[in-house]
Amino acid sequence: MSNDEINKNKSWVLLFLAWVVSAIAMLGSLFFSEIMDFIPCTLCWYQRILMYPLVFIFVVGMMPYDRKVLKFATPLVLLGWLFALYHNLIHYGIIPESASPCVQGVPCSTKYIEWLGFISIPMLSFIAFSIIAILLYTIKRRDV
Amino acid sequence: MKSQQKLVIFSAIGLILFFLVTGSMYKNQQSNEISNKVKENALLLERPYSYSIGNKDAKVHLVEFFDPACETCAQFKPLVEKIMEDNKDKIRLTLRYAPYHSGSDYVVKMLEAARKQGKFEETLDMMFATQKYWASHHQPNPQVLWQFLPKIGLDIDKLVVDMKDPELDKLIAQELADAKVLGANKTPSYFVNGKPLQKFGYKQLKELIYSEL
Repeated sequence: MSNDEINKNKSWVLLFLAWVVSAIAMLGSLFFSEIMDFIPCTLCWYQRILMYPLVFIFVVGMMPYDRKVLKFATPLVLLGWLFALYHNLIHYGIIPESASPCVQGVPCSTKYIEWLGFISIPMLSFIAFSIIAILLYTIKRRDV
Repeated sequence: MKSQQKLVIFSAIGLILFFLVTGSMYKNQQSNEISNKVKENALLLERPYSYSIGNKDAKVHLVEFFDPACETCAQFKPLVEKIMEDNKDKIRLTLRYAPYHSGSDYVVKMLEAARKQGKFEETLDMMFATQKYWASHHQPNPQVLWQFLPKIGLDIDKLVVDMKDPELDKLIAQELADAKVLGANKTPSYFVNGKPLQKFGYKQLKELIYSEL
């Protein structure tokens, strides 16, 4: 195997990991809404809109490996990360709820889960977007 | 490349299977918890004031949490009636309130006041039949119902007085509290002999009822 191919394989593995994270995020959020009957708030919907396509974009980028996947995924990941950050600020009361766009229906400050005292649904979203962003950035640095 | 593709496909299948299995385990566990709660406290399913239709000693006790403004509830009413008709005297239906739509509590009060005049079922039928006029999601307006009420033969003056009974607020609060404990967060929510309908649908409801007959 040439150096180039080994490099490609490593990038593929990183992309695969990003895909696993996005798939878990998608299925996990579907578990909360469809199985546990939590109603997603507006901000959750925006994050879903940006997370779900990644699952399919990554699959296309993996079979076979295509570096262009970075170009298509980056805007979704960055925007999703910003929404997740904003949502966490509201969730933990750093920004008041009244300043947020979701006042009707389910308020975005509604706390559905609290695992180990700090893991909430917006936190899980933020963690997922952050991991994906780091993985994609690593791929970008590796490939030339 | 081939092994990479296999990895992706197997991982996808694995994740989806994990989702489906844990999902069904979670649902079963919830259903068991609710059944146990009902066994401990039968009042959760039926309060002394609850309105029931059908044979008192029926084998199957069907409990429905509904909202007069809910379209699916209106659609399911004739379907449930059909099942009850096909199994005459074997099913008793208890109607519970879950007024989740805005303005629905007002309609529940109207219905309870009509019940005092012995016109519960007629009024409910009328409410479901005229739903599109008063229960629009963009502009729910229960006031529209007033024009239909005299046609059923209700004494409107008495109805207005009865609707102001503060007991009705307590009743609605009790209904909502029971719905919450039973996990009836959607309307209609059905319980067959204390077992919640896990997957919503007419076919599923029918199967659950027939499994208890």
